Amino acid sequence: MRQSYEKELETLRQEILRMGGLVSQSIEDAVQSLAKQDEQLAKKVIAGDDAIDQMEVDIEDRCMVLIARQQPMARDLRIIGTGLKITTDLERMGDHAFDIAKVTVRLANQPLIKPLVDIPRMARMAQKMLTDSLEAYMKMDIALAEQVCLADNEVDDLYQQVFRELLTYMMEDPRTIGQATQLIFVGRYLERIADHATNIAEWVIYLVTGQRLRKK
Amino acid sequence: MSDKISINKLSLFYGDTQALKKVSFAVRKNSVMALIGPSGCGKSTCLRTINRMNDLIENVRIEGEVMLDGVDVYHPDTDVVMLRKRVGMVFQRPNPFPMSIYDNIAYGPRVHGVKDKTVLDGIVEKSLTGAALWDEVKDRLKQSAMGLSGGQQQRLCIARLLAVDPEVLLMDEPCSALDPISTMKIEELIAELKEKYTIVLVTHNMQQAARVSGETAFFLSGELVECGDTDTIFTRPQDKRTEDYITGRFG
Ligand SMILES: Nc1ncnc2c1ncn2[C@@H]1O[C@H](COP(=O)(O)OP(=O)(O)O)[C@@H](O)[C@H]1O
Ligand SMILES: [Mg+2]
Repeated sequence: MRQSYEKELETLRQEILRMGGLVSQSIEDAVQSLAKQDEQLAKKVIAGDDAIDQMEVDIEDRCMVLIARQQPMARDLRIIGTGLKITTDLERMGDHAFDIAKVTVRLANQPLIKPLVDIPRMARMAQKMLTDSLEAYMKMDIALAEQVCLADNEVDDLYQQVFRELLTYMMEDPRTIGQATQLIFVGRYLERIADHATNIAEWVIYLVTGQRLRKK
Repeated sequence: MSDKISINKLSLFYGDTQALKKVSFAVRKNSVMALIGPSGCGKSTCLRTINRMNDLIENVRIEGEVMLDGVDVYHPDTDVVMLRKRVGMVFQRPNPFPMSIYDNIAYGPRVHGVKDKTVLDGIVEKSLTGAALWDEVKDRLKQSAMGLSGGQQQRLCIARLLAVDPEVLLMDEPCSALDPISTMKIEELIAELKEKYTIVLVTHNMQQAARVSGETAFFLSGELVECGDTDTIFTRPQDKRTEDYITGRFG
């Protein structure tokens, strides 16, 4: 029964996962470009942002058409409702990858004030949260989604650490202010990426159970 | 809000076949309860127990209670004529009497002893207005009701119920013979009517249940599978069978 409808719902899920893959790659490239001061790679991220934005629009349209034509109910409705929300979270994450790549370009011809340690660590954590939330979405795995929500606290703590450390650099040597501010922004972008990954994980829980996690 | 109707462990047998199996649910005063489920699951049977329309069918046996304002309608002292005045019913196909629009509405009040012309005029206008039909028919009250469109006839049948001042309206797939515009008018009417009446609506149209009801009960093979807030039933039903039915994956 309703085979084409089920196929369309599955396609929607696949498209969201595909968008998630693009965003994940974009974040990885952006952080790499920063750590290695690779301007070429940064420009690739910047150029790739339009494709991510377009995917968001396509997924939204897909959801709207499904609502109009199928009057979805229950879990089907939750697939579409969460699809609309998740695609927004992914698009924002893509924007932050874009923002980080811009920082790479801005810092291109200056030596880094310190080798980046905590920022790549934050990036790895945020990225793992994203891939885990996408895997949870793919497998409808609530346990994994809950893990993602818990991991968010660690990223928040690490951001505080990055922030304080860069602040001490700035106090010791005002010439570092320009670059340190940029790096604080990067920390902030990564922290936001982790928040969006948490949102996705929460949507997975809602999608599977119909229950909402209480927001902190 | 208090329960207008409360059905407790209701079972109904047509001879040897059990059409309702220990069904329990309540309908709040001034609310719309939708009964949904596949054909033959017992929706109409359940609806008919509320004003004892099943009494007219042979070999029917009933166990359990159907409480109206806390009194069992199956109590031996129940005046069935009075019960059907308090609990009116609208059917799938509109069934106007072959008489004028006016007389269709005046019929019930006359049966209940109203003779005064001015009083009847008042009831006719009020009932037709209540059924959102007045403006369309006020200039042709003396014409035959059979000349009305299907949708108008259905609203006339609702007006005919309102004329005897009921408390509960039972509707058995009232839109299934109507076009989309007439259906929309009936749905809007249901939303207005619930301000004054308590409504139980059988519908095979899930979107209709979702649009008009406050609560929904899902029946399957004579069993009440799930009953609750319509918002909840259609966004996160608790039972897999409800989920399968409302998402069209049934059977
Ligand atoms: N008058 C009757 N005599 C015998 N069996 C009946 C009668 N009316 C309904 N049934 C049976 O009871 C079951 C429920 O019917 P009904 O209440 O009409 O279902 P629904 O309204 O959900 O389609 C069906 O199996 C039907 O065949
Ligand atoms: Mg029926």
